[in-house]
Formats: sequence, C-alpha cells, structure tokens
Amino acid sequence: MHPAPSVIIFTTLSGLGFGLLFWLGLGMPAVTGWVAFAFFAIAYALAVGGLLASTFHLGHPERAIKAFTQWRTSWLSREAWASVAALVIMGLYALGLVFFDARWSVLGWIGAGLSLVTVYSTAMIYGQLKTVPRWQSPLTPALLLAISVSGGALLAGQVTAALILLPIAAVVQVIWWVRGDTALQTSGTDMGSATGLGGIGRVRAFEAPHTGNNYLLKEFVHVVGRKHALKLRGIALVLGYAAPVVLLLLPFGHLLALLAVAAHLAGIAASRWLFFAEAEHVVGLYYGKR
Amino acid sequence: MTSLPETTQRKMGLVIDLDTCVGCHACVVSCKGWNTENYGAPLSDQDPYGADPSGTFLNRIHSYEVQPDQGAAQLIHFPKSCLHCEDAPCVTVCPTGASYKRVEDGIVLVNETDCIGCGLCAWACPYGAREMDAAEGVMKKCTLCVDRIYNENLPEVDRVPACVRTCPSGARHFGDLGDPDSDVSKLVAERGGMDLMPEQGTKPVNKYLPPRPKDQMDRPAATAPKPDGQIDVLAPFLKPVAEEPKGFIGWLDKALEKL
Repeated sequence: MHPAPSVIIFTTLSGLGFGLLFWLGLGMPAVTGWVAFAFFAIAYALAVGGLLASTFHLGHPERAIKAFTQWRTSWLSREAWASVAALVIMGLYALGLVFFDARWSVLGWIGAGLSLVTVYSTAMIYGQLKTVPRWQSPLTPALLLAISVSGGALLAGQVTAALILLPIAAVVQVIWWVRGDTALQTSGTDMGSATGLGGIGRVRAFEAPHTGNNYLLKEFVHVVGRKHALKLRGIALVLGYAAPVVLLLLPFGHLLALLAVAAHLAGIAASRWLFFAEAEHVVGLYYGKR
Repeated sequence: MTSLPETTQRKMGLVIDLDTCVGCHACVVSCKGWNTENYGAPLSDQDPYGADPSGTFLNRIHSYEVQPDQGAAQLIHFPKSCLHCEDAPCVTVCPTGASYKRVEDGIVLVNETDCIGCGLCAWACPYGAREMDAAEGVMKKCTLCVDRIYNENLPEVDRVPACVRTCPSGARHFGDLGDPDSDVSKLVAERGGMDLMPEQGTKPVNKYLPPRPKDQMDRPAATAPKPDGQIDVLAPFLKPVAEEPKGFIGWLDKALEKL
C-alpha cells in the first residue's frame, strides 16, 4: 500500500491524542486549572490535528460531512461519529476541570471509553479489509490500541503504567509483524485464484494492461518502502518502545520525559510507515507483483 | 444506503470468454470512449502525450502465460472490469452512501456528487475495479453502461455495454445471470464458468469461461491418430521436410562434427 504521509501523520498523532484523552478521562493525572488546560490542549492538538491531516488525502474534503451518514456498515463513518462524540464529551469534562475546578467523573469515564472506541474504529478500517491479508486480523486493533494507550500513558506522565504497557505494546508489535509476514501466503489468494487459471498451470504475468503507471499500481503496489523493512523495524522497536522505557527508568526530569515522548513518536511513525509500505494488496497479484 | 440488498430482482453482468479473447483492447477503447462522454465525470488522462502518461480506465486487459507441468505454455488474454459482486465489499465500506448496489438489476454504481474521494472502496475491492480519477477526485468504476442498456434512444442492437458491442471476437456476453434460462447462464453452465478469487467471498456476478486446451503442436508424432480416433489430414504436410541433412550439407555437417 502507498504510505501516504497524511494517513501516517493522522493515525500516529490522533492515536496518541486519544490515548492521552483516555488517561485524562480516568483522572490520571488528576489535574485541574491551568495544568489541566495544558494537558487537554496537547491532547486536542494531537487528536484534532490528526483528524484534519486525514482530510488532506480526500478528493473532495468539502463533502466530508457526508461521511457521518453510513455508520450502519462503514467503519470510517463510525470513526467519524466516535471521534466527534469523544471530543465533545471530553470537551465538557475539560470545561469542568479547567474553569470550575470540578471533576465530573462519569463524563470522564464515558469520554475515556469513547476515545478507545475511536482508536478501535480507526484500526477496524484497516482490520476489516480482506484484500490486505497482513491487516485483516484482530491483532490490528490490538496493536493500535496498545500503542495508543501506552503512548497516552507516557504523555500523561503515568510512569508505572507506561513501564508496563510499553513492553506489552512492543510484544504485540512483534507478533503482528511475524504473523503479517506469512499472511498473504496463508490467505489462499494467489495468481492462480486471482485469474482462475491456476488449475491449468503456473501463472505468470506476461504483459500488463498498459505500458505506463496507473492508480492501482501507485496506490496498492508500493515496493520502495519495503527495501529497508528490517532496519526500520529495528528503529521502530528501539525508538518507539525501548528508548522511552529506559528514559523513564532514569531519575525523573522534564527534559528526559520530553525526549521519551519524542523518541516514542518517531518510533511509532516508523512503525506506521511499515504498516502501510509492507502491506500487500491482493490486486497486485494481477500485475504479478505484491 | 451502503447496506447491501438482501437479493436483487435480476443479476445483470458479463460473461467473459478467455478462450476467444484475442487481447486486441478494442473493449478498452470503446469503454473509455463511451464512458468519458456519458455517465458522470469524464475519464481523465494525465500527461497523455508526454513521457509518463496515465489515466482512468474502467476496463483493462492483462495477458498471462500459463505453463502446465507438461507441454507448451499457453498465452491467455484476460479482460478485467467490475464484477458487480453480490457481496460487494466496496459498497459497505463507503462512509457517505455514494456507493450502492441497485435492487432492480444488481448493478454497483457510484453517485459522484456524494463521493468524497477517500479511496476506501478501491482498497476493499480485490479486483482493482475501481480507480480514483486524478482530475475529478471521485471514484470511477464500470457502470455496466447503465446509460446504454435501458436507453430507448439507441437502436436495440446497441442496448448492451459498449465493450460487448465492440468485441470483434465475441468474447464478451451480457445478460441476466440470475435467470437460469438466460443465454449467459446456459453458457456459464455449459462451459464451466468460474469466479475470480472465490476465497474472498465477494460472490461476483460476472463469470469467466476457462480457456480450452489448445491444439497439441508439440505432440511427439503429429501424424499419429488423435486419441479420439480422428486423423489429422494436414499432418503429412506439416511433417519436417528433412530429418537428417543430406548431400553437401550432410557432408559438411559430418565433417564439422568430426573436427
């Protein structure tokens, strides 16, 4: 799949933003006043910034409001509803904390739940696709939720929680990678089933429909980003998961915490790049590619 | 609404004969011609006369080489367009309701004024049947020439999809695949019509007729009677003229062999 920067920025930032909102909704940290304002400002900047970035890849962003209509069948539509609901409820909750020094706990819990539902919906947009065997697994929502909640804990200053959750997220990440590497082979879809000619013999793409490039090849058959996959996996593991844990174990300092967050973001961005670049869409088989 | 209909009254679709398709791409040209000036936004081209041309097509022809375990390889031309699946994954993922499957005839269409160009339907389609138009920013796909097949302004003979009308080898057939007595359904039953990627669970309406075995050009004895008892009358004329070189060439061959 083509790793569109807008989608990588969207899923990375909004995942972290909703992760932070989850912890704030639970009252961890139990902040009020200006400190609460700062925390919520960061969370909203990440979540809303990510959502805005996601509209950049639309052909007609001016019609984006129509995406709220098909929640019965479409995970993308459900994500739109969940994100707006989470942002509105958490906004009310933040209003109480910042201006009235009041903790409306029930609102916070609902907002925390909706934040997780948002991340789950985002993950299911990818996890539902049979056409991308690497994504179609319950491990995909598990991975995105684990990254969101552990990153949120890091940003919310929940050191103990982050020290437990980051290694768990790293384990889910590695399992997701290992499973994904054989997903296309075990999916049962190959050039034989794609063309229906597998019963006759070995199928080889002899000539493509056009000498030039096309939308399908640009969007679904992206091989450049896979070249350094192993190195990028190492970078993602070290920066995204290991470095924050090490930095959290050192004596506390705001600079170290900032460094931990920056390393985590860079690592997750690398992981998200691979999420798209390594994903093989079955349509590539028609072109003899993967 | 992007919920799929439980059933459709008819299942209009194509039957594509991989045995007779000659790979001429005439259907590609007629499809682009008709659909760029009729239903919805035109099918744009980018840099059409430059170094890196590309464009939107609703129908593309691949060519495959199939190598059996024994015998000669077969070259098969393979037209591919929307299969108007009964369980169309492209429809249910659409967040805006722009994509829909018609109850009356099962045709999968895009309402372009509702399409936000998110591309998720193209991600959900295993066949590459949907292409985002780079100029219009909306999703384009085969409409089964919905503006031809019911069009009473056209002569009756033209009320079929443009690709079917133009195919010079009769490799494309159009009809109601939901009616077991229709010509296309009979053709599918007789020739063992197949689904593409059945494991994806999309239940395509369009069917493909598998290629029949080609003449055995590499049979060891071309003159021997065929298994069905028939004798190939042309075989004696197709025999190699000289098995072993004779005369001067024969002498030269032997002399060079000994060197």
